[in-house]
Amino acid sequence: MSNAALQPRLSAGRIAIYATLLLACAVYLIPLIVMLLTSFKTPDDIRTGNLLTLPESFTVIGWVKAWAAVNGYFWNSVKIVVPAVLISTLLGALNGYVLSMWRFRGSQLFFGLLLFGCFLPFQVILLPASFTLGKLGLANTTTGLVLVHVVYGLAFTTLFFRNFYVSVPEALVRAARLDGAGFFTIFGRILLPMSVPIIMVCLIWQFTQIWNDFLFGVVFASGDTQPVTVALNNLVNTSTGAKQYNVDMAAAMIAGLPTLVVYVLAGKYFLRGLTSGAVKG
Amino acid sequence: MSSVAVPTPKAVHRSSMDWLQAWLPKLVLAPSVVIVLVGFYAYILWTLLLSFTNSRFMPSYKWVGLDQYLRLMENDRWWVASQNLLVFGGLFIAISLLIGVVLAVLLDQRIRQEGAIRTIYLYPMALSMIVTGTAWQWLLNPGLGLDKLLRDWGWEGFRFDWLVDPDRVVYCLVIAAVWQASGFVMALFLAGLRGVDQSIIRAAQVDGASLPTIYLRIVLPSLRPVFFSALMILAHIAIKSFDLVAAMTAGGPGYASDLPAMFMYTHTFTRGQMGLGAASAMLMLAAILAILVPYLYSELRTKRHE
Amino acid sequence: MASLELRNVNKRYGQGQADTLKNINLSIDSGEFLILVGPSGCGKSTLMNCIAGLENISGGEILVEDQPISGMSPKDRDIAMVFQSYALYPTMSVRDNIAFGLKMRKVPQARIDEEVERVAKLLQIEHLLHRKPSQLSGGQQQRVAMGRALARRPKIYLFDEPLSNLDAKLRVEMRTEIKLMHQRLKTTTVYVTHDQIEAMTLGDKVAVMKDGIIQQFATPQEIYNSPANLFVASFIGSPPMNFIPLRLQRQGARWVAVLDSGQDRYELPLSVEDGQSLEGREVILGIRPEQITAANEGGPALRAEVQVVEPTGPDTLVFVSLNEVKVCCRLAPDAAPRAGESLALQFDPDRVLLFDANTGERLSKAPEHIPAGQSGNIAQFAAR
Repeated sequence: MSNAALQPRLSAGRIAIYATLLLACAVYLIPLIVMLLTSFKTPDDIRTGNLLTLPESFTVIGWVKAWAAVNGYFWNSVKIVVPAVLISTLLGALNGYVLSMWRFRGSQLFFGLLLFGCFLPFQVILLPASFTLGKLGLANTTTGLVLVHVVYGLAFTTLFFRNFYVSVPEALVRAARLDGAGFFTIFGRILLPMSVPIIMVCLIWQFTQIWNDFLFGVVFASGDTQPVTVALNNLVNTSTGAKQYNVDMAAAMIAGLPTLVVYVLAGKYFLRGLTSGAVKG
Repeated sequence: MSSVAVPTPKAVHRSSMDWLQAWLPKLVLAPSVVIVLVGFYAYILWTLLLSFTNSRFMPSYKWVGLDQYLRLMENDRWWVASQNLLVFGGLFIAISLLIGVVLAVLLDQRIRQEGAIRTIYLYPMALSMIVTGTAWQWLLNPGLGLDKLLRDWGWEGFRFDWLVDPDRVVYCLVIAAVWQASGFVMALFLAGLRGVDQSIIRAAQVDGASLPTIYLRIVLPSLRPVFFSALMILAHIAIKSFDLVAAMTAGGPGYASDLPAMFMYTHTFTRGQMGLGAASAMLMLAAILAILVPYLYSELRTKRHE
Repeated sequence: MASLELRNVNKRYGQGQADTLKNINLSIDSGEFLILVGPSGCGKSTLMNCIAGLENISGGEILVEDQPISGMSPKDRDIAMVFQSYALYPTMSVRDNIAFGLKMRKVPQARIDEEVERVAKLLQIEHLLHRKPSQLSGGQQQRVAMGRALARRPKIYLFDEPLSNLDAKLRVEMRTEIKLMHQRLKTTTVYVTHDQIEAMTLGDKVAVMKDGIIQQFATPQEIYNSPANLFVASFIGSPPMNFIPLRLQRQGARWVAVLDSGQDRYELPLSVEDGQSLEGREVILGIRPEQITAANEGGPALRAEVQVVEPTGPDTLVFVSLNEVKVCCRLAPDAAPRAGESLALQFDPDRVLLFDANTGERLSKAPEHIPAGQSGNIAQFAAR
């Protein structure tokens, strides 16, 4: 509620407001700065300096070691994320289309049942899901993780598209039906072209969710098939050998960079995903 | 409004294409219906079933009734995890809400560079909890982290070793989680503030109310729905929190920073206590339902009143 | 172009629910303009969707050119529709919007181009063809929506409140334009509206609907002059017809309606056929505002106190109280008094109507259709 009537004037109050906001900025930024600083230090440097001292001798050895340790897992994550995001978004779009434009008896009930999936604590499905993956021969495969992410991402992707299409006038579909278009023609020619914003929201939401996932990765994958989050955790929390904080921080940056980059490039859609997921989810 | 857009096939002559068109929506939805019914609900029932068995490393279907739940009730580690959840969840939610609301209100004062500041507040939400945990584990490192920083800055007697202090380690989780989620709460409330009807505020100003009064008495109370949805999401994050614990403390020292999600994982997948793990998962579900059902109930009721 | 007939059409949304449409019987000839008018929720839009095939009927039959179509899917019915929201495809240009229906029907591209040109010319939207709907004004969008329907040359055109999203001035313009278009193209048209002026001005036939039932199906003039019941009488006409509940009194061989303005009494003499038992029966007298005028010098008149005066320009509405009911009279501006003054009123007794107070049905029929003395069950008003 930025209000024209509330004329900002440079007063002690406003200075205090700016000071508070900037202090908060510092608090939010410091962990990132510390990570970056640490990742470019040598282990000796880390021991002698402190969190915010600049590197004595700037080195990328941490990044090199970190990349060597996690790059295979990084590509695992890519292999999981790309198909899982695309499939779950497509399914969500089709579901949302049916649930908004082609409602039938029971479709609302189904939507309700699906919505609950947004709240589902995944612990409650881990065991049956791992049995099923085993039966399907997909245990410890990236394909298995793709499947799991598609299934449990469906609630949100459907919600996004359904809520978007509900705001599209039904008359559009009626007009197209009178014009002679069928189910898929209406979807492909009329609704999808106008869905670009919600497709972005959905893609970004799914990308961050799946990239950042740890639970499914640690439960359903092992060894070579693990995603980068699991690899990072293994790297950081192994008790063997001396702690190499520069490598840890570089690895954390590597694991965090893809979502950070997406956030910086498409923050608008990211926020919309968060808040629209929040309205119902 | 009951919209029956799908023509149900009638006994009159229709071409098979028409028939297909009429059934397409249902066909398209069918895989998802199967996924939801099996992947969500049948699996929940399956887990429920497992929680009534003595399954250990492998599932077995020997019925033991409520034994696993009774064992859970007697399990000291479960109680620690549950208490931790209350402390962690309570503090995490309260502090995130407080910080989020304050930042949102401050940001709403026609601040220069508002977009940039907002971006900075929100970016942690884009990170994996594993990354967050890793970062904060390092920041709070006893000996090399904040501990040393403040001593280097001249605060000689400063000691900060909560991360290895069984009584305080849970607060470390709170710090990291608040850092990650409070910006999101800010964003929610800021969006809510932008939606407040300007004329109400003008009217209050005409009535002579001061700015703090307007916020406290008029604006914030009108954001009740935002408050509740923020509460829901934060509670949900708290109950599901697993990654953060795994990355920051792995439940330690000992099991001092265990949360139910961590407890469930450890017992089910590493300690061969599948039945016990299933029981703990069901209790987590119950906790979510205990929050969700009243929320949805009030949501639906207000919708009907509209 | 084609004729359209609805036989006993019923529509119900599921078991146990009330009928949305009840025994609808309508029939129009090829080239006629049918208006479905009624308050919101009366079922007029549902009926239109049923004709289009967007909703199924629960009973009865819909015939186009005497062929039943209720089993057909919308695309096979050869019906085009103009929607209230226009429903233009937002990502397509105006040209593609108009061409879409033809493309779906696999019309050769050359023919499509031809049709688009023809329609664009007809509607004067040639210069807009490359634009997107969001770049058009409301009136332009309206034209494109009509163009989309016209391009297909369907058997029947359906208009679903096409003007209600336009501002008042544009609405009047487009109304005239639609009428002009219909006069030129002679298209069979069904037009849904809640606006009684559109109903009166556009329709060859008007069906007034309420609660899923057709209250009256007739020409606009019939509907205006001899409404079938109180609902139709009150719905059509602006300002609406005045209704004065009263009991008729016998005066020798005649019936009179006694009107009381508080300062004056007036006996409106009616002549009613023998055998017409109106004794003590409660009736409602219906008088349109233009049927109450300033009295001529010396003529029989009712003096009443003017309560409110509303000049509208062409005429002035004057409100008086008769039998403790607020009554609107439409006077010429120069004859208008000021509030508080006393005014002598005269009535046009030929056109005054009587309704049954219980059923709402009309008791009298319009004099011009029923010659005096011919009908037994009709109360007729004698001229003085």
